Amino acid sequence: MIHLTTPITEEKIRALKVGDAVEISGILFTGRDVVHKFLHEGGVLPAEVNLRDGIIYHCGPVVMKDDAGQWKVTAAGPTTSIREEPYQSQIINDFGLRGVIGKGGMGDRTLEACKKSGCVYLHAIGGAAQVLAECITEVKSVHFLTEFGSPEAIWELRVKNFPAVVTMDSHGQSLHRDVFATSSAELAKYL
Amino acid sequence: MIALCNSLVELVRRSSAELPDDVHQAVLQSLQNEKKGTIAEAALQIIDRNIALAKKKSQPICQDTGSIIFYVECPVNFDQPAFVQAACMAVREATKKGFLRQNSVDSLTGINDGTTVGLGSPSIHFHQHQQENIEVRLILKGGGCENVGAQYSLPNEKLKANRDLDGCRKVILDAVLQAQGKGCGPGILGVCIGGDRASGYEFSKQQFLRNMQDRNPIAELDQLEQDIVATANRLGIGPMGFGGNTTLLGAKICAANRLPASFFVSISYMCWAYRRQGVTLDQKGQIETWLY
Repeated sequence: MIHLTTPITEEKIRALKVGDAVEISGILFTGRDVVHKFLHEGGVLPAEVNLRDGIIYHCGPVVMKDDAGQWKVTAAGPTTSIREEPYQSQIINDFGLRGVIGKGGMGDRTLEACKKSGCVYLHAIGGAAQVLAECITEVKSVHFLTEFGSPEAIWELRVKNFPAVVTMDSHGQSLHRDVFATSSAELAKYL
Repeated sequence: MIALCNSLVELVRRSSAELPDDVHQAVLQSLQNEKKGTIAEAALQIIDRNIALAKKKSQPICQDTGSIIFYVECPVNFDQPAFVQAACMAVREATKKGFLRQNSVDSLTGINDGTTVGLGSPSIHFHQHQQENIEVRLILKGGGCENVGAQYSLPNEKLKANRDLDGCRKVILDAVLQAQGKGCGPGILGVCIGGDRASGYEFSKQQFLRNMQDRNPIAELDQLEQDIVATANRLGIGPMGFGGNTTLLGAKICAANRLPASFFVSISYMCWAYRRQGVTLDQKGQIETWLY
């Protein structure tokens, strides 16, 4: 098991290979469909949202206010990442992201940006909303809550030992590309 | 009305937090079938832990609490508008309690008003029967798996799929291939052969009301169901698309009549977090029994 703590150095990211299991501690910023389109169109982030050497998490959590008025994440698995493919490479390059957490994998443009900028795609377990919510120790802040709505807002989350698998690395390797190729070839045998 | 609303909140809570036993059994079986020490096995172990944790904490199995689809079997004199009102109240309440995410967005303005109620949410299908009992079934279907659903019009030249069962088999397996891990596999397919573009998808989703372990009474469809699962599980897509032995947990297929000109195969993909429950209600709207 490899431990990653944000902010993450390029060296640490370049050492990761497809298939590596990691546990992440530190800060994650959620960002999904609305955030990616917003940034692609030149939207400006609040100063507190510093993505450099950080990680964006494709996630629309369930967040409740407890009796003391504090936010608490009660469910927080990944959403399907491929929808961000038109935007992700630009955001990796422009904001200096070191990691993208999601599920289902991404395409060639994102893979190229990972190689160029020193970033990896980290696959969390889709649907595992409770196991992953338990890794969130604090909601540090929330941005665009009213404008984007709760699932699409940017939630700044402190996490401890958040589990994921490297499925796209910074050396041009992608588990998703490989599995698609082998499963296509396999299917051809049975048709 | 209050009793009915409370019953529906409880139906939503249990659907969101507790995987039905038949689905859980299928997940456990798939865990046995994966090679030890692989990332596929590790993924299923996390999934199994998640199922237990959601039940214990009474919180959503998946943060995407999905499209809310009610199927209501009711007597002829049943007050449908009152049920619709109670269901909308229940969805609002379940959202406030965190059993549902604030999950409904105005498609024109992008505004999420936080209630999870709006045109199409919840979706309610009534079916009258010549009996006095009321049965309410609920499916919560997340967006990730909904997005990998597919509808094919046969013949499909690219896939060499003609208007016969072999052609249906080809397009169903193509849908599995295209979905890879994006729909949160291992998945379950609901398929309708025939119908029109709307009814085909509608019938395909109704297949998710079936028990995982049941067998199709129509021999050709039963054979196709078994074949689709066995073949899909040889493709090596595996849990989450990580590679591995379990790509599908099940396939449920029905056939509906079609126009001579049309031959649709509509495929709905359900993620492993296959949330489905049902209750029978008494005349006051109180829960009598659980159906799954």
